[in-house]
Amino acid sequence: MSVSEIFSTDVSKIPLDEMDVSDPLLFQNDTIGEYFSRLRAEDPVHFTPKSRFGPYWSVTKFNDIVRVETDHKAFSSDAGIGGVAFGGIGVPTESSAMGGLEMFIAMDPPKHDIQRKVVSPIVAPSNLENLEPIIRERAAAILDSLPAGKVIDWVDLVSIELTTMTLATLFDFPWEERRKLTRWSDVVTASPGNGVDSWEQWQRELMECGMYFKELWNQRAGGEPRNDLISMLAGSPATANMPFPEFLGNIIQLIVGGNDTTRNSISGGVLALNENPAEYAKLMKDPGLIPNMVSEIIRWQTPINCMLRTAVQEADIGGKTIHKGDKVVMWYLSGNRDSEVIERADEFLIDRKNPRQHLSFGFGIHRCVGNRLAELQLRVIWEEIVKRFSKIEIVGKPVRTLHHIIHGFTRMPVVLHPR
Amino acid sequence: MPKVTYIEASGTEHVVSVANGTTCRDAAMDNDIPGIDGDCGGACACATCHVFVDPAWLDRVGRAVEGEMEANLLQFVPDLSENSRLACQIDITDALDGLVLRLPASQH
Ligand code: HEM
Ligand code: FES
Repeated sequence: MSVSEIFSTDVSKIPLDEMDVSDPLLFQNDTIGEYFSRLRAEDPVHFTPKSRFGPYWSVTKFNDIVRVETDHKAFSSDAGIGGVAFGGIGVPTESSAMGGLEMFIAMDPPKHDIQRKVVSPIVAPSNLENLEPIIRERAAAILDSLPAGKVIDWVDLVSIELTTMTLATLFDFPWEERRKLTRWSDVVTASPGNGVDSWEQWQRELMECGMYFKELWNQRAGGEPRNDLISMLAGSPATANMPFPEFLGNIIQLIVGGNDTTRNSISGGVLALNENPAEYAKLMKDPGLIPNMVSEIIRWQTPINCMLRTAVQEADIGGKTIHKGDKVVMWYLSGNRDSEVIERADEFLIDRKNPRQHLSFGFGIHRCVGNRLAELQLRVIWEEIVKRFSKIEIVGKPVRTLHHIIHGFTRMPVVLHPR
Repeated sequence: MPKVTYIEASGTEHVVSVANGTTCRDAAMDNDIPGIDGDCGGACACATCHVFVDPAWLDRVGRAVEGEMEANLLQFVPDLSENSRLACQIDITDALDGLVLRLPASQH
């Protein structure tokens, strides 16, 4: 019997009101699936009275999650009353100088709508067409630089590098300093002992991020209209006079939105294909499946486990009464395994029919604005990978991220087999 | 059965027969018409079934109602127009026999 077997918990025996799916260890050791299966079967809209984040509801089925997402009048995203990050990202807002950080992901209409409309065009498909050749060129360069036959860390050398490059392109960020973007993205979701030493360090590094971008903003404001995100924000009447915390919030939202998520999808795809050799064979036989596979990877990985809402009026979800002020956590990772909506939901199938029908990007007015960019990056990198390698072989246990919101990997040892 | 014509941004036309009560999103998906993604399954939650209703049909089809979910979502689509609708919110009836819908260059 292995150590993990001796210490493993029998999920079916946990009393229901002690089922707390917010424990980050469950995600790191990848046992969370059993918890969600049980909740979907026995108590799909589940109340946990006690957790380290206080009492909260878990919504675990696909259609119930869509219900919450589309009722933004009853379920608020506003940072002032709870925001969208369950448990907060970073320091509790009241006690923090960063408390004023404002991003439209954590705003309700009408302010959300105004700001989203400014950012949306730059990540709209028509604009992405201009970006694709650059992303492809950079993806190719990364892949060509990798040593074949040696053990390398896929997370660091490929997933992080590629998403960082894309972000740098999007912001037209000074090229040599692009790893700053990676660092800042990591800091946002870090906490003392897990990525930073103290909240002070957390705050200091994000302030540096803010000052750096402020400088770029100042250089670009009033200049020729350009196609990068900073110039667009600086040039639009809706955002040109944004107060600093709001500016910083929006920048951080784009860095985090576009970094961790895409990074972990790139890694998650490699793991899924290694665990499902028949699917890997299908891919190598027909690379035309890549666009379909990309959506399936995003469903399978669900790079953001959950988003939070706060009820601002009473509402009924799945027969349960949610009261004003209640915290409601939508578990995308669980909804994406709901076999009542998704056929053979527990299987990774790259040629699945309707692969786009998944919850990973959320739904409703906050649905991920960067979704097409994410899909583009994944499609391009896989197109370039299959041209070069017959297999990316995982040769050691991948290390998963210790987090209840970010679903990803910190290390994935692989060996590349050239074609 | 009523007929609906979908015209892709490139100009390619598709004429399909649609059973009464079926939404224009479902009809497009069932017939594999390129240009409609319909990611949310028709729940009025994603705006990837954006279409332009031929102006001659607009009064009969109706417009998205200000303040309701369809209009909330439509405000973010690229190329939003006076005759923009979400196809999952248009149910086919005999009165819409002959309806013409144009598709945007892309869904976002
Ligand atoms: C696979 C990759 C990605 C996943 C899984 C993902 C997931 C999500 C989710 C779950 C939401 C919130 C939905 C809600 O609250 O209902 C969201 C919103 C957002 N995402 Fe993404 N995202 C990804 C990539 C990106 C990229 C590449 C960018 C930026 C360029 C980005 C920028 C944003 C922004 C700005 C929002 C806020 C939208 C709003 O509130 O209106 N995301 N994303
Ligand atoms: S299919 Fe999602 S809004 Fe119509």
